Amino acid sequence: MSLEHLVILAICIPAVGIALIWLTGKSPDRRETVTLVTAGLLLVVVLSIFPQVLAGARPEVRLIEVLPGISLSFAVEPLGMLFATIASGLWIVNSIYSIGYMRSNEEPRQTQFYMCFAAAITSTIGIAFAANLFTLFIFYEVLTLSTYPLVTHKGNEEAKRGGRIYLLILLGTSMVLLLPAIIWTWVITGTMDFTPGGILAGKVDGLTLGLLLGLYVFGIGKAALMPFHRWLPAAMVAPTPVSALLHAVAVVKAGVFSVMKIVVYIFGLEHLSASGQNQWLLYVAAATVLLASLVALTKDNLKARLAYSTVGQLGYVVLGAALANSMGMIGGSMHIAMHAVGKITLFFCAGAIYTAAHKTEVSELDGLGRVMPITFAAFTIGAISTIGLPPFGGAWSKWFLALGALDAGQLAIVVVLMISSLLNIAYLLPIPFRAFFSKPPKDGKSEAIKEAPLPCLIALGATAVGCFLLFLFPDTIFDLIKSIEVPAAIDVPSEQVSDG
Amino acid sequence: MNSQLPALQIVLPLLGAVLCAVLRKGNLAWGVALVTSLAMPVISGLMLQDVLASGPISYAMGGWAPPFGIEYRVDAASGFLLLLISLIGAVIMPYARLSIAAEIAEQDVPWFYTMYLLCLAGLLGIAITGDAFNAFVFLEISSLSTYAMIAMGKDRRALLASYQYLIMGTIGATFFVAGVGLLYSMTGSLNFVDVADRLAEVGTSRPILAALGLITVGMSLKLALFPLHVWLPNAYAFAPSVATAFLAATATKVAVYLMLRFMFSIFGVSTTLANLPIGEIFVTLALAAMFGASIVAIFQENVKRMLAYSSVAQIGYITLGIGIANQAGLTGGIVHLFNHAIMKAALFMVLGAVVYRIGSVKIDALAGIGRRMPITMGAFVIAGLSIIGTPGTAGFISKWYLAVGAFEKGWWWLVFLLVTSSLLSVIYIGRVIEVTWFRPLSKEGEKASETPLSMLIPTLILVAATIYFGIDTSLTAGIASKAADALLAGLR
Amino acid sequence: MAVIESIIQHYNHWIMIFLMVSGLYIVVNRGNMVKKLVGLSLFQTSVYLIYITPGKILGGTPPILDDAFTVYSNPLPHVLILTAIVVGVATLALGLALVVRINEAYGSIEEDELFANGEDGT
Repeated sequence: MSLEHLVILAICIPAVGIALIWLTGKSPDRRETVTLVTAGLLLVVVLSIFPQVLAGARPEVRLIEVLPGISLSFAVEPLGMLFATIASGLWIVNSIYSIGYMRSNEEPRQTQFYMCFAAAITSTIGIAFAANLFTLFIFYEVLTLSTYPLVTHKGNEEAKRGGRIYLLILLGTSMVLLLPAIIWTWVITGTMDFTPGGILAGKVDGLTLGLLLGLYVFGIGKAALMPFHRWLPAAMVAPTPVSALLHAVAVVKAGVFSVMKIVVYIFGLEHLSASGQNQWLLYVAAATVLLASLVALTKDNLKARLAYSTVGQLGYVVLGAALANSMGMIGGSMHIAMHAVGKITLFFCAGAIYTAAHKTEVSELDGLGRVMPITFAAFTIGAISTIGLPPFGGAWSKWFLALGALDAGQLAIVVVLMISSLLNIAYLLPIPFRAFFSKPPKDGKSEAIKEAPLPCLIALGATAVGCFLLFLFPDTIFDLIKSIEVPAAIDVPSEQVSDG
Repeated sequence: MNSQLPALQIVLPLLGAVLCAVLRKGNLAWGVALVTSLAMPVISGLMLQDVLASGPISYAMGGWAPPFGIEYRVDAASGFLLLLISLIGAVIMPYARLSIAAEIAEQDVPWFYTMYLLCLAGLLGIAITGDAFNAFVFLEISSLSTYAMIAMGKDRRALLASYQYLIMGTIGATFFVAGVGLLYSMTGSLNFVDVADRLAEVGTSRPILAALGLITVGMSLKLALFPLHVWLPNAYAFAPSVATAFLAATATKVAVYLMLRFMFSIFGVSTTLANLPIGEIFVTLALAAMFGASIVAIFQENVKRMLAYSSVAQIGYITLGIGIANQAGLTGGIVHLFNHAIMKAALFMVLGAVVYRIGSVKIDALAGIGRRMPITMGAFVIAGLSIIGTPGTAGFISKWYLAVGAFEKGWWWLVFLLVTSSLLSVIYIGRVIEVTWFRPLSKEGEKASETPLSMLIPTLILVAATIYFGIDTSLTAGIASKAADALLAGLR
Repeated sequence: MAVIESIIQHYNHWIMIFLMVSGLYIVVNRGNMVKKLVGLSLFQTSVYLIYITPGKILGGTPPILDDAFTVYSNPLPHVLILTAIVVGVATLALGLALVVRINEAYGSIEEDELFANGEDGT
């Protein structure tokens, strides 16, 4: 099987999964088996593409030409490879978790839930492997639409309101800002392909470049750059597995990934930093990081706090893109992975707490660590990784971001990074602290609380271990992202493959 | 046989109409209408194939050679339109039987099919004819039969809507024929090609401009250009569902075509746009339609009426393309003519199915029926997404071309207005989706169950088409681009 | 002087314009549905004149081929307008039929009364 076939397969597997989940909807066991098998197959396929891309292969698949010169096509490059690996890897963990969560909370309409989930993953892989802006945009919108039923899953008034905000902000920004930006790019350059080195160099300069950059980064509402971040807290009405995978991993990461990809392959790092138009974005991103952290401090609702924390952490990735240098890009991209694993752990724990103890507020967690030690241990690990302290993965990405900021001569940004880490400590660490060291309320109920269902524990344990592994082996990610700049020595495989 | 195709395209539905009127039995009349409608796309498809392979077809009606006789002329633009009308007609007929039987008194059913076939003949006639006065006659054939069809609606307000439309429509048609009269007295010809040639000699004089003005206003009335659209919402809201779906997809589109024909091929781009500020006027009115009508649509309680206002807004996109008047913009307008026809027909057919099941299209009555009629309402979601212009659907393609056209013209502000207006459609479509899927079931909704197959399959065909034409655009955008080239080639 | 002469020479246009405007005025201004239709017919009639009056040539004869006649009037406009009249009659008939049905359904054909009860569909 050639590399191209694998790419197609990666898109098709979850898509076929949607249909199979629908067909097996009557029997929960079979439906969930299908979900797990699909997720497993997807991971296998993605992992089998990984080493080849690492070795320098860049498979391309052109499906159909939709408009003259504009085709639906896929191409795998390092950034997309990284994103696809994270998404598919965490989908399988999340599926295990979902089974425990959805069953024990007796959520309605589970078939629809799993179908939409598979649809969301399909579009995430589509975004990751998109070869041009057009393909990216299609899957970007499909992702928004397929997650809308998940956000409104509860079906009550609050969920509907959350769904409305979600849809209006995400569709609105993408249609009003992103689409014109894409068309503008097309009219100016006559191409939409993601090309190493960018396609705007020599065609757009000065203020226009800055304007275009603005249209892109704000148009990608999923990146939750302030002031277009409101949808993310609103989306927290969704069941926790949705918040975990989609609003900590797939959806928001699709946003920052798109920003990164567009900066690297449309603007071109050199062109952007030479033009100086990245400066304002740096400040907007830095402001998002700080403000979101401050807001997170004020939130008592656990999921809301995590949501604002996500907004802040996304700011780091945008910051990395805005630095427009090699280290910034590596730091930002790495943060996509590190934050994904860290934050999904935190959300898993929040869901486990809700399932086991039906508690949603931080102030209710006193002493809960004694009855749910595994959950809170995992929470602590996720928190430390998110803060960016060793020995967990998050340390690396912040390290590279700081290096990038120094390279760019932006001392202020280094200071922002440090302050924000302190803020992260301030809003994350008190949670496990409370749980472990405060006295439980004496209402006699807390003794009855037990750990969350086993599938949930397996999932959150796995991601917590992941945080540690990422600290030990960040070099794969480093090499992968680095190969964007240094074209891999072996160009031969990609030619061989295209023959086959 | 092939050489007689242009005549057959018109004669068959006319004969069918007579047959329906004579048969006086609902099901027999439906059979006749079905067979005729199914034959239409075959004929127009064959003709379009010919046109694409070997250039325009000219057919001398009754053997009288043009310019003295009436010429039927099929080129890329008219062939495209013929195919569109006949396809919609063919898809809608299998759907019609149950829907019509439910919505129209039994003794009127054969008359409905008579009127439907007359309307079909009239619309096809406008598209195919190469003679200005003949176009007027076909226009009136289609209009008169349309008034009758609308008046057959169950609600008594259908009568008022029909009367209103009759007054407005007749004024529009009379303006048109007055313009044609002026043209005739200046050039001495009615044949499109001939008039265009002679106009080049006559040059631009006041009567010519008056003719252009009269024809533009007349057609703007017919195509419901904002603010001449007041007849449309009621007419669409109270007509029988089948009629609404058919008319929404075809009637206004034909008027657009006729106007394009006159503005571009006959008067020529230079006359039209240089001497009168038609481009600017059209862009302004189109924007007013896109925003005004969309906002009104948001507040409608009757979903059919909501979609009717949405039609006014969508016609705004088509006229916007005419106003932009460069290759990409015009392509966008023409391709939206096709795409909008398909998706709006699909939406109205879904509503027809809802009427068939629960007898109401009030938004409150629709609450929660998504779970009772998942496939039907799923079709609504997809066609609705196409109205919004989501990528991967046909609606996106049209907006893409329009935006490219606006950018190429340097009107970047227009691009932002264009996309902002689609945001309004997110609100009104999203509202229906939210009500149908996320609200508890309404009292009326308890009767609901999945639509019968004979109604469901035609709807799904159209829905599939909205997705197909959003991904493979070689047919739609390809021909639209050719048609735009042909229209702009009139640039002298 | 030349202006007045030109006005007088184009008297057929003045009649046309008068008919057209008065027809439209009646359509817009009258609330009675039958009167509206009358106005509509008047409006259509004015357009018939646009065709017919230029077709007539002073001193021209019907187009019968004969050596004695050299100047013919144009017959085509007459034929066209015959068709247009048929269309006009059909429109009028349909309009009146609708008015009858409206009268049956509502008991009135005055627009003020019909729309006063919120019958415009909202």
